[in-house]
Amino acid sequence: MSFATEDGIVRAVDGVSFSVARGEVVAIVGESGSGKSVTAMTLMGLTRGPNARFSGSATFEGTELISASEEQLRRIRGAGIAMVFQDPMSSLDPVYRVGDQIVEQIRAHERKVSRAQALDRAVELMERVGIPRAAERLRSYPHEFSGGMRQRVMIAMALSCSPRLLIADEPTTALDVTIQAQILEELRHLRDRTGAGVILVTHDLGVVADIADRVVVMYAGRVVEQGLLDDIFYDPQHPYTWGLLGSITRIDSDRSQRLPAIPGMPPSLLSPPRGCHFRPRCPHAFERCVEVPPLAAHIPERPEALDRCWLPVERKRAVRQVEGQIGLRSAEPVAS
Amino acid sequence: MSEGEARSERAAVQRPGGLPQDGPEPQGGPGWQAGAEPTGGAEPTWSAEPSGGAEPKGAAEPREGAEPRAGAAAGEVPAGGGDRTPLLEVEHLRMLFPIKAGLVVDRQVGQVHAVDDVSFDLLEGETLGIVGESGCGKTTLIRVLVRLLDATSGTIRFRGLDITRAGRRELAPIRREMQMVFQDPQASLNPRKRVGQILATPLRMRGVPREQVARESRELLQRVGMSGDVLNRFPHEFSGGQRQRIGIARALAMDPRLILLDEPVSALDVSIQAQVINLLDDLQDEFHLSYVFVAHDLSVVRHVSDRIVVMYLGKLMEISPAEELYSKPIHPYTQALLSAIPIPDPRLNRSRERSVIGGEPPNPINPPTGCRFHTRCAHATDICRSVEPPLVQYAGGHLAACHHPRNVTAAEIASAVRSDLSPLAAGSEMPSVDSNGAGPPAAASAPAQG
Repeated sequence: MSFATEDGIVRAVDGVSFSVARGEVVAIVGESGSGKSVTAMTLMGLTRGPNARFSGSATFEGTELISASEEQLRRIRGAGIAMVFQDPMSSLDPVYRVGDQIVEQIRAHERKVSRAQALDRAVELMERVGIPRAAERLRSYPHEFSGGMRQRVMIAMALSCSPRLLIADEPTTALDVTIQAQILEELRHLRDRTGAGVILVTHDLGVVADIADRVVVMYAGRVVEQGLLDDIFYDPQHPYTWGLLGSITRIDSDRSQRLPAIPGMPPSLLSPPRGCHFRPRCPHAFERCVEVPPLAAHIPERPEALDRCWLPVERKRAVRQVEGQIGLRSAEPVAS
Repeated sequence: MSEGEARSERAAVQRPGGLPQDGPEPQGGPGWQAGAEPTGGAEPTWSAEPSGGAEPKGAAEPREGAEPRAGAAAGEVPAGGGDRTPLLEVEHLRMLFPIKAGLVVDRQVGQVHAVDDVSFDLLEGETLGIVGESGCGKTTLIRVLVRLLDATSGTIRFRGLDITRAGRRELAPIRREMQMVFQDPQASLNPRKRVGQILATPLRMRGVPREQVARESRELLQRVGMSGDVLNRFPHEFSGGQRQRIGIARALAMDPRLILLDEPVSALDVSIQAQVINLLDDLQDEFHLSYVFVAHDLSVVRHVSDRIVVMYLGKLMEISPAEELYSKPIHPYTQALLSAIPIPDPRLNRSRERSVIGGEPPNPINPPTGCRFHTRCAHATDICRSVEPPLVQYAGGHLAACHHPRNVTAAEIASAVRSDLSPLAAGSEMPSVDSNGAGPPAAASAPAQG
């Protein structure tokens, strides 16, 4: 997936492959600009435009999404795939009542439903996502809701057609922790009750640890590592993942003097570095890193764990320990 | 502590530079007004190195005696060393915003209780974290502290001087010492000004001669980890992390003693967050800065703070040494906040017991009576609904405003005292041992009574 811009081609997403099973939560993590949101939006057909170039394939229950017509996509959206966006204020229409927006969504996807039936269902949905006095609140406008309540409305809308796959793009980023905990609880309930698959796009590793089954780590448009939740946290294979895990502040860790920050910043996708995109920031880079490493399994007993790094597995396990914890060794003392 | 010495030495040097400290009269007497007169570039002492400290070091000491905090109990000075003097003292500060209605004549129909009777102090060289959910008043609080907003009532003292009502002119020298770094580095840097211009303004105000401005700007940029040759670039040419560094450099340009940071890293990616936090750490050591660090992210606050203030709906819920707040939260609200944070460690996350509190913070126009948290609190009883709890001081400089404190033993409750920082309207009731179900920390997650 790339965008043609005035400055050249931006390879926003490059070589991303993953799958989501029913009832599974897959988290896509990465920093801003890593391509995680573009990946999610491309699946929904939301990145199409005169400047967008696509290659590769994405299938949902056997239907190809990348080359699907708008008409096909419309049928898949709603009951097939639904999406919750990061900013609930700008994704709700400020001039329509919340109830009307949910009803519109239901009736757009299911023509046979009457307005009254749709309203009943809207109340039920809003109650399900924890909005108190739902029947009354249907008549409110989005600005009358708090951030957490708006996000619940968004989730209610996404659930309105019982999707089999829910894509949530940073659903809790704008919310307070207590509300975040409530929303994540809601997502878990949904998954358990309906067996829907969930793709959760986030930058918050705490949220990932809380809810994900599998994790896809993206950096500068590429997947650098993917695998089961515990493997990513306790046996991460890519130096970027080490750096990410090392640089987070935690409420339960030692307040060490310094956080092992990743030096430098992500590259511009207009002119990415040759080979591994993380090479310029990686203290472990060596000659071979000017070639793009393939996303491959390197641990025989873990065929589902893929990573994009040339370092041998034993070496990775040896060098990723920084002061007893997983982290990225600071670049300064590296002599050679 | 040699660091402390260096600090007081520096303080002594700065004082002759036009600051009013020498006067024992803190209430804005004419003496300090005159001294505060910003006389253009006549203050080169601002950037003077401590080497010029001809002033006897002892000059800093008399302040102790001149401390205007009447009635401050001996045990009042928080943990962190009784010998350190408060840089900033806040007493019973209230900030109420009127809500007006009416077509022709504005009638006041209500008030938003943004900050409601808040008292605390900040020691020299200390980092005080302020946490709470959005709408708890933490941003309003620091805006009042730098006088971007005028407090409804209460007192703010900076180095013993009452600045609550100080006028523009009196405030000018104080403002130099109190700088602010904002949450959104994009919005807080003028997009039409080059980095050089952005940094030159405060440098010129500080009295740096024109010909030295460029050199000092480059030094500032290098101090915050950026290349000195970006003076001709515009803010939009930088990433979020770099822009935040520029914002920090701008604050440093004034040579402040205190920097108020309003969510300085929450707009940044984690790896960049770590860089900026490390930078703030280094700068604090290098320039002996005090920080007030406002954030909603409790793990970031924990990493940077010496002490932490927890706010809820405009009130102080708990003040605690940083580490203890996390290992031994006394207020149920603090507990709920901590329990809501997902730990980036899957095994730990699965094994720990979490109590998700329901609901949302009530409307600050019409806050609940008694304890403001009682509507969401699992331990609330009748007294919580009717009587506002006083701030109670427990051992180790740990304060909490709760009728049913958690994680404290009966003995700790018995030896606790009512703090002078308590809100004026708070009741006289001390938490009693029998009614709170206090005991081992395990009792924390169980509701006290039905």
